[in-house]
Amino acid sequence: MLSRTAENLFWMARGMERAENTARMLDVSFRMSLLPSSIDKQALHFEPILDIAPGSGRRFHELYDELNHETIIRYVALEPENGGSIWSLIRQARENARAQRSAISSEAWESLNSTWLKVQNLDFEGLKSWGYRDFFDWVKERSHLFRGVVFGTMLHDDAFRFIRLGTFIERADNTARILDVKYHVLLPQGEEVGGLIDYYQWGALLRSVGAFRAYRNVYRDTVYPWRIAELLILREDMPRSLHHCYHNLIGTLDELAGKKELECRNLAGQTYARLKYGRIGRIFRSGLHEFLTSFIESNNTLGVQIQEDFLMIPAAVAGAA
Amino acid sequence: MRSPHGEVRPAYADFAGLLDDLSIESLVTKQVAAEELFRRLGITFAVYAEGGSTERLIPFDLIPRILDCAEWELIERGCIQRVKAINIFLYDVYHDQEIIKAGLVPPDFVLLNPAYRPEMHGVGPPNQVYAHIAGIDLIRTGERDFFVLEDNVRTPSGVSYVLENREIMMRLFPDAFAGQSISPVDNYPERLLENLRAVAPGDDDDPVVVLLTPGRYNSAYFEHVFLAEQMGIELVEGGDLFVRDGHVSMRTTEGPVKVDVIYRRVDDAFMDPLAFNPQSVLGIPGLLSVIRSGRVALANALGTGVADDKAMYCYVPRMIEFYLGEHAILNNVYTYMLRDPKQRQHVFTNLHNLVVKEVQGSGGYGMLIGPMSTAEERETYKLRVMQNPENYIAQPTLALSTAPTLIDGEIVPRHVDLRPFVLSGKDTSVIPGGLTRVALVKDSLVVNSSQGGGTKDTWVLERG
Repeated sequence: MLSRTAENLFWMARGMERAENTARMLDVSFRMSLLPSSIDKQALHFEPILDIAPGSGRRFHELYDELNHETIIRYVALEPENGGSIWSLIRQARENARAQRSAISSEAWESLNSTWLKVQNLDFEGLKSWGYRDFFDWVKERSHLFRGVVFGTMLHDDAFRFIRLGTFIERADNTARILDVKYHVLLPQGEEVGGLIDYYQWGALLRSVGAFRAYRNVYRDTVYPWRIAELLILREDMPRSLHHCYHNLIGTLDELAGKKELECRNLAGQTYARLKYGRIGRIFRSGLHEFLTSFIESNNTLGVQIQEDFLMIPAAVAGAA
Repeated sequence: MRSPHGEVRPAYADFAGLLDDLSIESLVTKQVAAEELFRRLGITFAVYAEGGSTERLIPFDLIPRILDCAEWELIERGCIQRVKAINIFLYDVYHDQEIIKAGLVPPDFVLLNPAYRPEMHGVGPPNQVYAHIAGIDLIRTGERDFFVLEDNVRTPSGVSYVLENREIMMRLFPDAFAGQSISPVDNYPERLLENLRAVAPGDDDDPVVVLLTPGRYNSAYFEHVFLAEQMGIELVEGGDLFVRDGHVSMRTTEGPVKVDVIYRRVDDAFMDPLAFNPQSVLGIPGLLSVIRSGRVALANALGTGVADDKAMYCYVPRMIEFYLGEHAILNNVYTYMLRDPKQRQHVFTNLHNLVVKEVQGSGGYGMLIGPMSTAEERETYKLRVMQNPENYIAQPTLALSTAPTLIDGEIVPRHVDLRPFVLSGKDTSVIPGGLTRVALVKDSLVVNSSQGGGTKDTWVLERG
């Protein structure tokens, strides 16, 4: 397959995955802001969203005078100037798909294209009358639909595999970032562990990755922070966990590489081992934030290495004979 | 659709019957359905204008343009003859230049032409084919009077609309296709691929053919995607290809793969930043040396533009006589050269009756349509011409034929032209039909899609 094709498919999948995760974050923050104790500090619940994308906060303050839940939703959902807004991500995913129409099924193209057509001219007034929550749900649904359409209509060949790589690299990054932004919530400063506010915060964190019910099913117990971390980092059967993402990445890379020795396989394997054989107690003892920071970094390195190993970066050609 | 006496032409009889059975409302409904289909399939056309390039639909009219087999036979023979002569001419001007020595074409028209590529001198492309894909723009002014308006032998576009329009028409009017034999067009990609494979250098049984596009911001990008998909070949951009060890290769996830034939939809000047425009990021550094050593074939070859500008156009009938010993089957439109002071004087006096065009222009840009212009526009245009008279030609405004077209719920006549596509490589052939372009604005003669033109499906009937 043409390396540029692989590159576009990889980023197309990353774009849709990230749009979904951004919608999840907004959804939960909006819910949180409606809690009685929150009325006067609504914006606080949204602010962490700005921290998730690097450099995003600065750009926000260049564009808007005021920080409140409306400006943040507008910026994160619709702002074309924000490369990480849902609007921009869908646009980019659709552009990637448009560049590669012959590599994806027409159903996959039509799904992305109609998602874009609907969001293309959406303005903030339109979003408000649609309803924030309904919009977030719609974005999640479109992402689910897209993944499903890809899974159900495309040949499970290399094109499909590069889409999977993009999905799981991005999802691993997003889950780790959500955990990292909220890690201070998971590690309260001693007092009032298990208080009502914590309960809502943790619940919100679980909901943001669609794991609230999964937590109940797995632990059948009150919500404890270390269990949340365990669920989202180490559980293989939790579809948004880091372990689950790497389980899929490893399998897909093996299929793509065949007998070739590729550096990205080694990198992925090292991280996979940490997740497969890691224990949550040890992670907490040596620092959850440190663990997540190092994970995000190595995940990022893996993303770049994948692009190099499959010649997606033109300069990489010089090294390949 | 109708003869000069007003009765429906026999070729249209079946379709006219079908139209009679349909109400205008149901036609409009079908038109809406067609637009919906185009939009869903993502058939868009980027137009360069203020605000950068945007996507929009190219308007489609669902009343087909129909040609009977006698009319088509004339067009087909005429187009093949023309393209054969042009290919021989191109070989000639890049080798012995017999036609110049014979005094039939002025040397400066060829050698000083901005599209002439001295780098190609002495380079013999496989099968001596330069213009593998040609689009010949035709207009009709009377029963058997077809004129060639221009030849397009650089990187002609539009064939995807021929195929998609047909696809849509077969969905909308299945009965029309069941009732009469309309020549199919859907084997075009296969025939194109055959011709491209036939010009591969070396004796590899399974040559690698790729389609080189300038990228998704090009106005014909949709077509590039479409054709690559239909032919089952890779759609590449400049950055996907590189030159090493005397070959062109492409970057793939499996490693570099050697390329034999490049069907390129990128202009000459952007093909190799080392040899031509150094700013180009669309091309492949070092490509020219591989072409010159005969290790990769380019379709169309570099330097074909010398044969298709609006000045060289006048000499095509001479080329046909000189190389083929035949008379031109299709007429040229009478053309005045504004470089000639006498002809220029005549043109200036009669500007209100003439169309003036730039020699290197395309897409309907930069032209003056005399009858539609104001006195002031004509004076301004004269000043423009005087700055560089060599760059202009003039032609009489012809009474272009019209075809029935659905506009705002009414069927009305609109002017049309026709671009058949001619393929060369193995042999020379034409797909039956071609792209009918229609000027949707009342009385307008400009059919270019960049200026508000639309398209129609073109039917060639296999029996009289």
